[in-house]
Amino acid sequence: MSTENKMLHTVNKSPFERNALDSCLRLAKKGSSILLIEDAVYAALANTAVAEKISSRMDDFSFFVLGPDVETRGLSETPLIEGVSVVDYGDFVDMAAAHSAVNSWL
Amino acid sequence: MAEVEFDTEGVKKRFAYINRKAPYGSIYALEILEMIMISAAFEQHAIIAFVDDGVYQLKKGQNAKVLGMKNFSPTYGILQMEKEDADEDEDIDMEWRIVVEEESMTARGLTADDLVIDVEVLPSVELADLLDAQEVVLSA
Repeated sequence: MSTENKMLHTVNKSPFERNALDSCLRLAKKGSSILLIEDAVYAALANTAVAEKISSRMDDFSFFVLGPDVETRGLSETPLIEGVSVVDYGDFVDMAAAHSAVNSWL
Repeated sequence: MAEVEFDTEGVKKRFAYINRKAPYGSIYALEILEMIMISAAFEQHAIIAFVDDGVYQLKKGQNAKVLGMKNFSPTYGILQMEKEDADEDEDIDMEWRIVVEEESMTARGLTADDLVIDVEVLPSVELADLLDAQEVVLSA
């Protein structure tokens, strides 16, 4: 899948504390990639009160989560929302280079 | 150390600035405003968007003197002047749009009349398309 015309959005805030994920989901163009990093990895977990925010948008976006940030937080064995892909730092770099631009939702 | 030279002459990009934070409670609003002013000095194209609590940056009647802080809301008037100058002067190759997301504004009980400058009010779907079309996105 070509990403050169698509924007990469990163989100780094917990969906339980801040609205960065909501704003990203509202203002990212359909077809964009969304990478959850730092405290936003909690948004990638299945069975939470906010999981539907992502599971209901699988047709609109490609979702990724940064593996080292998942492992750091003790979540390696915790189920992720189906369809969210785990990437590492090398993948992050490749994704940043392969997309048209990066938008960091702080 | 070898001297590095950057050839930036004539470089022109389409920037998006997404203002999402309320003023005064943190430094984000002031810092991104300074970035926008600098991009004006370099005649860069820009979409200047106010989203979420960023809409509060434009609220009329700010008075930060009571906190002993600088009231920077007049600077948004300078932004508008920069935009109008660029629109009117054909020698200035700089296209700016100052946009407020409708959903963020109405969620806060505000209308365009409550804001210190004239803005385009766009629904989120239209703003999403606009932001996606820019080459560099800076959000704070």
